[in-house]
Amino acid sequence: MSEEQHVLSILVEDRPGVLSRIAGLFSGRGFNIASLCVANAASEGLSRITLVTQADPLVIEQIIKQLRKLINVVKVTDLAEGPAVYREMALVKVSAKPEFRAEILRIVDIFRCKVIDVSAEHYTVEVTGDQGKITALLDLLKPMGVKEIARTGVTALSREQRNGN
Amino acid sequence: MLESEGVDSIFGYPGGVLIGLYDEMAKSNIRHYLVRHEQGAVHAADGYARISGKVGVCLVTSGPGATNTVTGIASAYCDSIPMVVLTGQVPTNLIGNDAFQEVDIVGITRPCTKHNYLVKDVNELADTIREAFHIARSGRPGPVLIDLPKDVLAGTANFKQPKGPVTMRSYNPTVTPNTKQLTKVIKELMKAKKPLIMAGGGIISSNASQALTDFARKLQIPVTTTLMGLGAFPGSDDLSLGMIGMHGTYRANMSTGDCDVLLGVGVRFDDRVTGKTDTFASQAKIIHVDIDPTSIRKNVPVSIPVVGDCKATLDKLNELLTGENLTEIPEKRAPWLKCIAEWKAAQRLAYEQTDVIKPQYVVERLCKITEGKAIISTEVGQNQMWAAQFYDFDQPNRFVTSGGLGVMGFGLPAAIGAQVAAPNDLVVDVAGDGSIQMNIQELGTAMQHKLPVKVVILNNGYLGMVRQWQELFFGKRYCATQMDVQPDFVKLAEAYGATGLRATKPEEVDEVLKKGLAAEGPVIMDFVVEREECVYPMVPAGAPITEMLLV
Ligand SMILES: Cc1ncc(C[n+]2csc(CCOP(=O)(O)OP(=O)(O)O)c2C)c(N)n1
Ligand SMILES: [Mg+2]
Repeated sequence: MSEEQHVLSILVEDRPGVLSRIAGLFSGRGFNIASLCVANAASEGLSRITLVTQADPLVIEQIIKQLRKLINVVKVTDLAEGPAVYREMALVKVSAKPEFRAEILRIVDIFRCKVIDVSAEHYTVEVTGDQGKITALLDLLKPMGVKEIARTGVTALSREQRNGN
Repeated sequence: MLESEGVDSIFGYPGGVLIGLYDEMAKSNIRHYLVRHEQGAVHAADGYARISGKVGVCLVTSGPGATNTVTGIASAYCDSIPMVVLTGQVPTNLIGNDAFQEVDIVGITRPCTKHNYLVKDVNELADTIREAFHIARSGRPGPVLIDLPKDVLAGTANFKQPKGPVTMRSYNPTVTPNTKQLTKVIKELMKAKKPLIMAGGGIISSNASQALTDFARKLQIPVTTTLMGLGAFPGSDDLSLGMIGMHGTYRANMSTGDCDVLLGVGVRFDDRVTGKTDTFASQAKIIHVDIDPTSIRKNVPVSIPVVGDCKATLDKLNELLTGENLTEIPEKRAPWLKCIAEWKAAQRLAYEQTDVIKPQYVVERLCKITEGKAIISTEVGQNQMWAAQFYDFDQPNRFVTSGGLGVMGFGLPAAIGAQVAAPNDLVVDVAGDGSIQMNIQELGTAMQHKLPVKVVILNNGYLGMVRQWQELFFGKRYCATQMDVQPDFVKLAEAYGATGLRATKPEEVDEVLKKGLAAEGPVIMDFVVEREECVYPMVPAGAPITEMLLV
C-alpha cells in the first residue's frame, strides 16, 4: 500500500508530559513524524498539536486510534477527511550582498513576505503560506546563499461550512 | 481514600520516603502484604486482581523500589489487568536534582502503563487517586501508576470525599456496541456454514463467559480460546476446541484455516495466535469485537468491526438471536462439527508415559486430583504450555498466567496474590526449574502471611522452552540452557520453613501430589521429569498456523 501524507490535528489537555506521551507513541511504534507544531488552543487548558505524518492507510488508522487511546488526548481529526486550511511560517536568513539586494527585495515583494532583520551582510525574511509557497521561495533564494532557515512546520484548521452551500 | 476505593489488600515494600505513609496505613483497615522483592508485589497484585475482580494495589518506595516494578507493570499492561501502583518519590523541591533514590518513574513507565501521574500538590491527591482507579478498572483495564513525592504524602489537605462517578473530558471508553453492526454480525453468522468463535481474555475480564457459552450453544458454533481466554468457555463442552496458537490443539488451528466466518471476541490477534498473518483464516470473513479500537485491524483485516464491552455485546447478540429461527441450526452445522471431530480423532494432545516422569502426566494427575477446581498460576516456558494443555479449565478466573509479556518468575507471586483473593481455594503454581528461581524469595512472603500456596516444579534441568527451539531449529546445540547448578528444592523449601517433597519415578507422582496438596502451609513439590520432552503441537514462529509440527 502506498504511503500518504496526513495532517492530524490533535486537541490535548495542557498537562506536563503530554507531548512526551505523543512523541513516545510515535517512536515506540515506529510511526514517523514529519513535522510537529504545538501551542495553546482556543479553550482554557487545551493545546492543539498539528502533526504531519506519512504512512499507508492502515497505519494511519492505527496512529489515529492509538492517539485517541491516550488519556490526555481529547480529539483527533485527520484533516485529509475534509477541506482545511494549512499554513506554515519560515524565517530565512539570506546573504544580502550588494548585487543581490534588489533582487531579494523584489522576490520578497512578489511573495508578499517581509524583511524583519537587516545587517550589513544578511536579510532575515519572514514568509507565511502553504508548504508549496515556502518551498518555491526557498528555491529562489538559494542561489543568493541561504545561511539559516527556521520553519514552524504545518499548522492547520478544518474549514467551516460556508453559508448557502 | 484508598479504603473508599474498596481497597482491602496492598502488596508492598517500604523505604525512606514511605515511612510516614506506612505509619498511617498501620492505623487503617487495609491489610498489607510485605513481599521480598517489588517485582513480587506487582505480580501478586496482578494475581489478586484477576481472582478478586478488583483493582490490585502495590506500594513501593522511590528509586530502586520503583524500577523493580517495571517488569510486573509491563506484564499487567500486556494482559490488561486493572492495577494501581503507588510509588514514593523524593520531595518536590528535589525532583530533577538527581537526588538520592530519585528516578523518573513516570517517564520510565509511560509506555507500559495505561496512564500515569506525578502528584505535585496534595490538594490534587484525592482526585488523582479516584481518576487512577477509574481508568484502571474501566474500558480495557490496565495498570496506572501514581508517583507520590514525600512532601505531598506528608502534606495535609482539606479532604472532601468526592462523590458521584468520575467524569473525564478526554476518556470515555465505548462500552455499548453499535446495534447496526450487531445486526450484520447475526446475519453473517446465520448464513455461515463453518463458523468459528475465538475467545480471549476480554471475555474473562468482562465476565462474559456465560453469555458466550449461551451464544455458542444456541448457534452451535465451536469455540477456541487463546491462552488468556482459557476458561472463558467450558473446556469439557463438545463445542470446545481447546487452545489456539503456537501450541494450540490440532483441531483448533486447522479450523481457522477452513472456517468461513471467524468471530473474535476479546482477543487481539497476537502473533503467537495467528502465526503468519496473511494466511490466517484466509477463507473467512473476520468479525472482531473488542473494547479497545486499536486492537481492531491492527494485525488482521476485519470485515465487521464492533467496538464494545464483550459482555454488553454478547448480551445484545443473545437478545437479537431470540428473533431468529434456530431450528435448522443443528442439521446445518452437522458437517462442520463432523469435520472437527475428525481432526480431533486424528491428533489428540498426547504423550507416552514411560519409566521416566512425563511433565504432561504430572499436570494431568494434578487436574484429576484437584478435580479441575484449583486456581492454577504458571511460570513461563514449557511448564506454562503443559499447564494450559493438560489442565481442564471449565470456569473463568482459574488460570493465571503472564500471557502477553511471558515473564519468568510470575507464577509464585501471582499465586500469592490469588491466594489472598481466594483464601479458601487451592492455589497451585505450575513452575519450571528455571523460572521458579527468578522469584523464589516470595516463598518468604507466603510463609510470613500464612498463604498456603503449592508449587509444582516440572524439573527438567533445562530452560526447556529455549532448549526445545535449539533442538528443533539450531541443531540441538544446547547453548546456555542447561541448568547445571540447581538448588535442592526440597531443602530450599525447608530453609524457608515450608514443606518440600520430591518425586523421581512415575509411581511416586500421585503420592507426592496428594501429600503436598493436603499439607498445611506453602509446599514445593519437585518433580524430576523427562529432560528433553517437547511441547507439541508446535507452529514454528512465522509459519502458517495450520502447519504444525506434531509428535
Ligand atoms: C524474565 C525472562 N527471561 C527470559 C525469558 C525467555 N525464556 C522463555 S521460556 C524460558 C525457559 C524457562 O525455563 P524453565 O522455567 O525451566 O521452564 P521449562 O521451559 O523448562 O518448563 C526462557 C529462558 C523469559 N520468558 N522471561
Ligand atoms: Mg526447566
